[in-house]
Amino acid sequence: MSQQLINAISLGAVYALIALGYTMVYGVLRLINFAHGEVFMVGSFIGLAALSVFHLPFALAVLVAMVGAALLGAVIERGAYRPLRSAPRLAALITAIGVSLLLQNLGMLILGAAPRAYPPAIDPAPIAWLEERAGVVVTRQQVVILAATAAILAGLSLIVSRTKIGKAMRAVSEDRQAAQLMGINVDRVIAFTFCLGSAIAGAGGVFYGVYYGTADPLMGLMPGIKAFVAAVLGGIGSVPGAMLGALLMGLVETGVSSVTLRVSPSLVLTGSTLRDAVAFAVLIAILLLRPAGLLGRPGREKV
Amino acid sequence: MWAHYLPRLVLYVAIGSVLVGLDVGLPRLLNAYLVQILVFVACNIVLATSLNLINGIAGQFSIGHAGFMAIGAYATAWLSTTHGQRLLAPYEGQRLEPLLIVAYLVVLMFLGGLAAALGGLLIGLPSLRLRGDYLAIATLGFGEIIRVLLLNLEPVGGATGLRGIPQYSSLFLVLVAAVVTVAALHNLGNSVHGRSLLAIREDETAAEALGIDCAHYKTSAFVIGAFFAGVAGCLYAHYTQFIHPRSFDFMKSIELVLIVVLGGGNLRSVILAAVAITLLPEGLRLVKGALHLPFDPRMAIYSALLIAAMLVRRERVLQAVLPGRKGGGLRE
Repeated sequence: MSQQLINAISLGAVYALIALGYTMVYGVLRLINFAHGEVFMVGSFIGLAALSVFHLPFALAVLVAMVGAALLGAVIERGAYRPLRSAPRLAALITAIGVSLLLQNLGMLILGAAPRAYPPAIDPAPIAWLEERAGVVVTRQQVVILAATAAILAGLSLIVSRTKIGKAMRAVSEDRQAAQLMGINVDRVIAFTFCLGSAIAGAGGVFYGVYYGTADPLMGLMPGIKAFVAAVLGGIGSVPGAMLGALLMGLVETGVSSVTLRVSPSLVLTGSTLRDAVAFAVLIAILLLRPAGLLGRPGREKV
Repeated sequence: MWAHYLPRLVLYVAIGSVLVGLDVGLPRLLNAYLVQILVFVACNIVLATSLNLINGIAGQFSIGHAGFMAIGAYATAWLSTTHGQRLLAPYEGQRLEPLLIVAYLVVLMFLGGLAAALGGLLIGLPSLRLRGDYLAIATLGFGEIIRVLLLNLEPVGGATGLRGIPQYSSLFLVLVAAVVTVAALHNLGNSVHGRSLLAIREDETAAEALGIDCAHYKTSAFVIGAFFAGVAGCLYAHYTQFIHPRSFDFMKSIELVLIVVLGGGNLRSVILAAVAITLLPEGLRLVKGALHLPFDPRMAIYSALLIAAMLVRRERVLQAVLPGRKGGGLRE
């Protein structure tokens, strides 16, 4: 049980790193940034290059991936979303889908569709004394990933709650027009939000690659959708909500993976194949009970 | 009285004779590859116009339409492979066979449509509580659930897909289905029903205040839209003879949303967009062949064109979906 919990938290941590970017961008722009999963993918590949081509140490590789992803986020925002700032939201949404497709396919053209092996930058062996004392298998990878995720999340919370630009982000997400009237450079805040969210996703990409040992151009698709679901689950636009939602997603997926349902001899439903379906079923159920997500503010109906 | 109906009658006869002409002429003019592309175009017209009812007319942003298509395709393909073929086997080679196959396919289209409509009811009910992005994500989840379930259902092939489906459908039948669908949805859009859906899209509170039963109409949009998607799924499965959950994934739903958005909610332009979006990757295949490229740049070009189209024509593309006001189709 505690074993499952640790696996769930590790998975949830990666989802949280992606979900935060979705939720922050949605907060300031009311845009579902479909290309976010691909930023995660690109971050993962930058990390892969840093680790296996340039032989950088793990921490530095994560940093390089974060910077690269942030740059990509800035380019996407500047090139594809800013020209559509005054256009209907649907136009931006479709453009986001287009950017996502473009990055996937460019990745396939440049890197090929076959998955690449990720170097085991951190020792994947279980920590011996924990296994002896508590009977729980915890790998050094999991510890490092969890610690790094915690540090990133703490840093993010500090930026959002304590710094001037964080205050501006909150102001823009509250009311963009009013923020502009107060002298906030909204374009800069939005660009910064993209960079921040993309950097975090880039770090998530490296962790994901190290944890699962592979990277491929389509790797952003499923984690991207799951992380988005996590963000909606927690209430999109809310930073603590995204973390909570991601943790819940990790718990549900890991929990379902361990169950096998034998309906009939020809119909055996194993949890590991069904977990995607269950994750979405949970989402729909929670949305029905709390349409604005767990920590989201219910929108008031204006007449 | 007669004169009133005459133009419409002439139109129907004209459409009918054009279709018959196509049925006789096309197989002689085109090779199997081109016929297949035309079948896909017609299927996408049915799918896109039915999604237009949900997204464009009723304003309920749905990105799970491929799920309904999957239900129709799998339900009818399963029926055909387990019972249908055996049912029709005694008549093989007889003069009646072609007629029986058409009759069987018509019944099958209804069954597939009904199965998908049931799915539409299932997702229509949550739509009563959810709006905008949240509704979109619930429909996405629904589509994914269908796909993953099909991937795990061994009786319909599971991850290997379902093969050996008899080829009962033909270009002619798919074109007829497309014409009937477009006519039905066109009439629906101009009826009291369609006007009520438009009112709900524009302002749900105001519509409710005017005595429109929003719950009923919103659910009905999903049920009707899903029905036609199921019909398209049936025709698709009985043409390609092989279906796989992969054919009905998130990208298929996105492709359909794209068609509706590019078409701007107007039925005629949605049809045009369906033709264009279906032909575009095939046209790019020609480009690839002409340039002797070592790789396949089709999807990259396709997505780049998509971004460019949105950046250049951002307002006009969405004109009809969002009449004169921000965020109309995708409400906050």
